[in-house]
Amino acid sequence: MSFMKKPKVSHSGLPRNELGLSIRDYEGSMSTLCAGCGHDSVTAALIQAIWELNIQPHRIVKMSGIGCSSKTPAYFVEAAHGINAVHGRMPSIATGANAANRSLHYIGISGDGDSLSIGLGQFVHALRRNINMLYLIENNGVYGLTKGQFSASADQGSTAKKGEVNRQPPIDPVTLALALGGSFIARGFSGDKDQLVPLIKAGLMHNGFALLDVLSPCVTFNDHEGSTKSYAHTRHFDLPAAQADFIPRKIPIQAVTAGGEAIPVALHDGSTVILKKVAKDYNPMNREEAYQYIQKHRDGGEIVTGLLYINEDQAEFHALNDTVSGALRDLPYPELCPGAAVLEEIQQLYR
Amino acid sequence: MCLAGECMNAHANDFVIKIANVNGTGSASANGLLMKAIFRMGIPVVGKNFFPSNIQGLPTWYEIRVSRDGYLARSGEVDVLVAMNAQTYARDLAEIRSGGYFLYDSTWPREAELARRDVTLIGIPLAKLVNEAFNSPRARILMKNICYVGALAALLALEPDVLKTLLTEIYADKPKLIADNLRAIELGYQYATRHFSCPLPVRLERMNATADFILADGNTLAALGCVYAGATLGAWYPITPSTSLMDAFKDFCERYRKDPVSGQRRYCIVQAEDELAAIGMVLGAGWNGARAFTPTSGPGLSLMNEFLGFGYYAEIPAVIFDVQRAGPSTGMPTRTQQADLLLAAYASHGDTRHVLLFPANPAECFSMAVTAFDLAERLQTPVMVLSDLDIGMNDWMVPKLSWDDHRMPDRGKVCTPDELRDLTLFHRYTDRDGDGIPQRTLPGVHPSGAYFTRGSGHSARGTYTEDADEYQEVLDRLGRKHDYAKTLVPAPAVRRKEGLTSGVISIGSCDAAVLEALDRLAGEGIELNYLRVRGFPFGSEVEKFLEQHTQIFVVEQNRDAQLKSLLLLETGAVRDRLTSILHYGGMPIDSRFIVSEIRAVLKAGKAA
Repeated sequence: MSFMKKPKVSHSGLPRNELGLSIRDYEGSMSTLCAGCGHDSVTAALIQAIWELNIQPHRIVKMSGIGCSSKTPAYFVEAAHGINAVHGRMPSIATGANAANRSLHYIGISGDGDSLSIGLGQFVHALRRNINMLYLIENNGVYGLTKGQFSASADQGSTAKKGEVNRQPPIDPVTLALALGGSFIARGFSGDKDQLVPLIKAGLMHNGFALLDVLSPCVTFNDHEGSTKSYAHTRHFDLPAAQADFIPRKIPIQAVTAGGEAIPVALHDGSTVILKKVAKDYNPMNREEAYQYIQKHRDGGEIVTGLLYINEDQAEFHALNDTVSGALRDLPYPELCPGAAVLEEIQQLYR
Repeated sequence: MCLAGECMNAHANDFVIKIANVNGTGSASANGLLMKAIFRMGIPVVGKNFFPSNIQGLPTWYEIRVSRDGYLARSGEVDVLVAMNAQTYARDLAEIRSGGYFLYDSTWPREAELARRDVTLIGIPLAKLVNEAFNSPRARILMKNICYVGALAALLALEPDVLKTLLTEIYADKPKLIADNLRAIELGYQYATRHFSCPLPVRLERMNATADFILADGNTLAALGCVYAGATLGAWYPITPSTSLMDAFKDFCERYRKDPVSGQRRYCIVQAEDELAAIGMVLGAGWNGARAFTPTSGPGLSLMNEFLGFGYYAEIPAVIFDVQRAGPSTGMPTRTQQADLLLAAYASHGDTRHVLLFPANPAECFSMAVTAFDLAERLQTPVMVLSDLDIGMNDWMVPKLSWDDHRMPDRGKVCTPDELRDLTLFHRYTDRDGDGIPQRTLPGVHPSGAYFTRGSGHSARGTYTEDADEYQEVLDRLGRKHDYAKTLVPAPAVRRKEGLTSGVISIGSCDAAVLEALDRLAGEGIELNYLRVRGFPFGSEVEKFLEQHTQIFVVEQNRDAQLKSLLLLETGAVRDRLTSILHYGGMPIDSRFIVSEIRAVLKAGKAA
């Protein structure tokens, strides 16, 4: 059985956020993933980020497709609506849901099979439309639920648990998104929560499509010697290039930015992301340079992580559509139905 | 040329004009002008466009039926053929009824090719007339078409003033075009008047039978229905013959759905990457409380199957317009058929069944579009409106639409914030009212309303399950909900006389041809009752009709008798009582075909 109600354990001493809610109020059902699965660490990071952002739980919308990663929306923010669509088609559900009500926070959780194989088309088109959402790929290079087939993100030359060698080149969602004109592109590692939580926060507050590719090892099928998506491999080759510090709008920015290598980026809600260059020669504000850097280091086997590209000026879906500011679903019917007199007028054209 | 001797064959207000042309030459505006002018003379008229799946250069035909009795289907005959395409002279000539007329461009002599003694040839040097009068190559092509309208005006007694008024209206902001068009009309009119004894016995006479009608196509009126129903999201992937539905929706929204102050849109149209995404967007919006729809055709519906199963099982409202075209596969994109019936009824794997609506004409496209959104939200399920190319893209004469300003949409069982405040635990899939329909909540409204929507096995509480009883409880309730839908879908249209035991059951665009065929058969002493299904699942009236008739002709436009199959699967219909009349070549069904098929079956029955 893969559904378990999690008992709510809470004590009065737990810290509360501005809404008076403790981190427990942002949890979901018990995870049924394997012990040690990277996805559970991502879930924990999500819970912490949303709690720290003081978002009302029911103003969150959780969406996913099919696969291990797509199960995880059930494991966080129980008081939020969730929808588990068909395989690879979460982006279209997200597009429709966002079109209906632009005022909620949309989180899509996908996997490398869900986004890079069956759902590649929908993934890139949601990015192209710049749907305002956090699009998080839990990337482990392998199909878990069907027991260990390579996914499209598996590296050339990496081996499966039983020894088979992958001969095809991978699809990297980060360089793909850079090439397609994504407005927020980040990569994290499920084993580095300190890096991941601010990336999630920045992604949630970004006004547009925030791609967050999280390397999230599969302990059961892809954590062995020869895998390039194992904990050991990822830790060893992780190259943080640009660190993101998320500063909520109430804290004055000057107080935090002391270093000379920090670039503040204002987000639409008034909060700020402070980009700190960890690698001196990295520029997260320049698409071409970012692409070259990531590609060059990938050729050397390194996995570049951090907030890799951000552009807050790209118009998101509703701005492109010139939609009214409120939620379409809440428009009163008289504003939608032109009425009998207009119908009469229209029909004059058909006479 | 002498046209005497034809007077025996007078067909005032009862004839068919067919115009053969080359696509991409602007003939659509000329043909539309001609048809509308006849309509403005108060005479019932209907137009059918037979066009290729091509942009320029292939043969195209437009058929205008003038019917003083108000019959709207094809008659199956051609009285006047306007031959503007030399490539198709032979087949066009062959199609004319004996005693009919063949109008052709005599700029180039073609008499030798046109050998039919029982047809009157009317040669008008259209190209020559137009080339002398106009300079630009484009104008010469376009005005040649307008020129034959002028010639027809003289030959058929079309009132020139009506044409003039129409042109002034159409090109209100392009006075140069009005002048050019009027000149071209005059050229044709004068030539015909001088060279032939006008009008022909086949002619128009002013009537007063169109005052309460409009001329419109089904895609436009379906789009109008979406606007009136309050739909705010349209997602689609372009596909013939459904494309004009979204074009029309966009046009209406630009006029009637802008915020008067900000000028911003109270709607959103997304041209999706494919039909899988289009239906996904519609379901995402429906799940989130907006009225959303997608227009498509057969190939698109095939792609939508997986998501339709999701919508059915997760219980999400959605409206799909399937403007059917000839299948299978790519089939004939510009030809009509009713061959998606079985696909639509059971779309997707597993035990799925869907609610379907069957409009028979553009007016029903409007009313059923409005109904579809109400049903989708009341029943929390995808609802498909199955029209076809004939209804969707052809101009039909239908009664004027009306609207009740007090009408409010039925948004179904959506919990209000107040209801949710008093709720301790919300169970998404529990049937509290005994109608098979559970309560629904929308995201972002209240923390108590949260639940997880999934296409995987779920219990009445909305939780994931692999338990046989829990799974079956939900599946059985879905079955009950579908049964309940029988009482909500539009009732069939029935025309019956007591005591008759033979009848016809039909669907959608067959209606006009069936109605005419029934009149003709009655004239021969063959009286038949008639039922037209308007919704699926079939309700008690369909059952009753099937019970009461021992011989039933099921008229439909597909090879495999899909309506008959659906009746046999879903009702108590007796197989031996049902006889199929099937028309599936891609051209709209005509009354002559139905009459001769039914007559033949009855004759064979008597002989046996």
